[in-house]
Amino acid sequence: MQTSLERVLHQARGENRAALIGYIPAGFPTVEGCKRAIDVLIDSGFDAVEIGYPYSDPVMDGPIIQEAADQALRNGVKAKDVLGTLHHATERGAAAVVMTYWNPIEQFGVDKFAHAIAQAGGSGVITPDLSFEQAQPWNQSAARAGINTIYVVAPSTTDDRLRKVTGITSGFIYAASLMGVTGTRTSVSNSAQELVARIRQVSDLPVAVGLGVSTPEQAREVATYADGVIIGSALIKELLGKDLDKGLVGLEELALSLAAATRSANRESPGVSGAKEARGVK
Amino acid sequence: MTATIDTGLFGPYGGRYVPEALIAALDELAKMHQELKNDRSFVAELSHLHKTYSGRPSILTEANRFADYCGGARILLKREDLNHTGSHKINNVLGQALMTKRMGKKRVIAETGAGQHGVASATAAALLGLECVVYMGEEDTKRQALNVARMRLLGATVVPVTAGSRTLKDAINEAMRDWVTNVETTHYILGTVAGPHPFPVMVRDFHRIIGDEARAQVLELTGALPTAVLACVGGGSNAIGIFYPFIDEKSVRLIGLEAGGDGLETGRHASAISGGRPGVLHGARSYMLQDEDGQTIESHSISAGLDYPGVGPEHAHLYDIGRAEYWPITDKEAMEAFSLLCRTEGIIPAIETAHALAGAIKLGKELGPNSTLLINLSGRGDKDVQTAAEYFGMA
Repeated sequence: MQTSLERVLHQARGENRAALIGYIPAGFPTVEGCKRAIDVLIDSGFDAVEIGYPYSDPVMDGPIIQEAADQALRNGVKAKDVLGTLHHATERGAAAVVMTYWNPIEQFGVDKFAHAIAQAGGSGVITPDLSFEQAQPWNQSAARAGINTIYVVAPSTTDDRLRKVTGITSGFIYAASLMGVTGTRTSVSNSAQELVARIRQVSDLPVAVGLGVSTPEQAREVATYADGVIIGSALIKELLGKDLDKGLVGLEELALSLAAATRSANRESPGVSGAKEARGVK
Repeated sequence: MTATIDTGLFGPYGGRYVPEALIAALDELAKMHQELKNDRSFVAELSHLHKTYSGRPSILTEANRFADYCGGARILLKREDLNHTGSHKINNVLGQALMTKRMGKKRVIAETGAGQHGVASATAAALLGLECVVYMGEEDTKRQALNVARMRLLGATVVPVTAGSRTLKDAINEAMRDWVTNVETTHYILGTVAGPHPFPVMVRDFHRIIGDEARAQVLELTGALPTAVLACVGGGSNAIGIFYPFIDEKSVRLIGLEAGGDGLETGRHASAISGGRPGVLHGARSYMLQDEDGQTIESHSISAGLDYPGVGPEHAHLYDIGRAEYWPITDKEAMEAFSLLCRTEGIIPAIETAHALAGAIKLGKELGPNSTLLINLSGRGDKDVQTAAEYFGMA
């Protein structure tokens, strides 16, 4: 059976456009504030949301997401809040996944976590620090729960390893646009397009590009060659240190312009990637 | 006890839990470590530096007056405090800095808690002409100000880390972020036997020289193997270095002394094994301090070098299979042992090392005069003079 995420990506391909995916950590700026922010993203035309599991030692994240996660943890956000936020998004009809470092999954219980994600209507989990070599227990649990296992690949990933990692990935492949941590950048690295092209050689799965994509112009550029555009830090920046209502106004403005930009991208005819179907959970 | 070469697993511990961006660099490092281990010119170059630069072999000192407080057990101190830069850390750093040259990288980064690893890294970088950036928790830059000055004198850039608990764990996070970004030009000289494969294996191999030398020195002096080997454990590099050549000698007890802070019962400690449970931190599975959700809990210790909520994966495995014991030593016990060594032997130890000395006092009283305790005197206490003077009300 297809997950909501797979359906959404399939549909976007059918419309010859890239899907727009937004990231926000659960509990940021508060548990309820996060849900309102998710509503804004969905209403502004985001195709899917990634709900971050705030973690004490986020080595993949730059200062903006660190600060947001820190704030969420200071607010006392727990596993149940992450799952509750996921449930909120899926009840609103959005395709939603959780993005988390590995230790919270291990401590929750690997099987139990996969099951809880499915229960909350979640489509899958992005695991940025779960290496291929350590991934088997999670892949088995996720398969049993019928959810997607989304892995991140980087410009430094060798072709041989791209084959391995994409082989255990479902939903979409998360292509890190550059060598570095999350955060806003003035331009999207050239390495992103090269990486997407290399991934196309070994996999038919949709490819979404994240890390450092923050402005409508950058989103439009990425949308010309990728199946998905992932925005994180730029959205969070709208809410950091601001009154929630004012922050949400700014967030909506940015979200609408990102959605318009992504949809207006000039894409090659669907022949290149669109002809190949998005694949279901293996 | 050798971890599998491809995955770096010690039983269920170790492995790699890192961003994909680092995998290629870790693979390169693992391959290089395997090759250089048996490369004659590399081994000779490192050995030459040990002899002519850091002052190896380090001596063995019998501590007769200190022994009076250890139930009369024979006390032998492996004097890593006499190495250039003042601790065992230089062994690993020289090895990794030479590897950096061979990889053609021009920049090294390091994390540091007490500052000993940072000073050693800054030293090796100066010696070999490498750019060096050291990440140090802001909290630690205050309690180890002398070492911050040393690093800067040696030409290194010290970056105070203000995230999280502002101690060693956050310095490691920041070093990892730097490494993910600059991995093409930069080598991360990780300072302990933690982190993703191959660091736990590689750092151990650079430190086993401590145990290899000590084993021969004890045999020569006493004609027998020691009854027990003791070392303090934060991440566990000096401990694994001295333990390693004794692991197959089942008669020898191996005891790691963790920082018990205010006492395990207070929750304010840094005893990952005695007071934690398995989880994943900084790229590997091991014992660690964490809450029910897997969020890392801040550690507490008077010793900056042991103030870390995790421990190397090989220690976790040695503990699980019953080959090594891990005891918590409180700040108070450590400071008593610190003072005792100063006054009985004329040696000011690092506060980290004082935890091992406190363990020896306990164990000696248990075993009595017919035992020989080999203690890794991992570092000297110059950097701790201010902290100790304040603790004892002498400042």
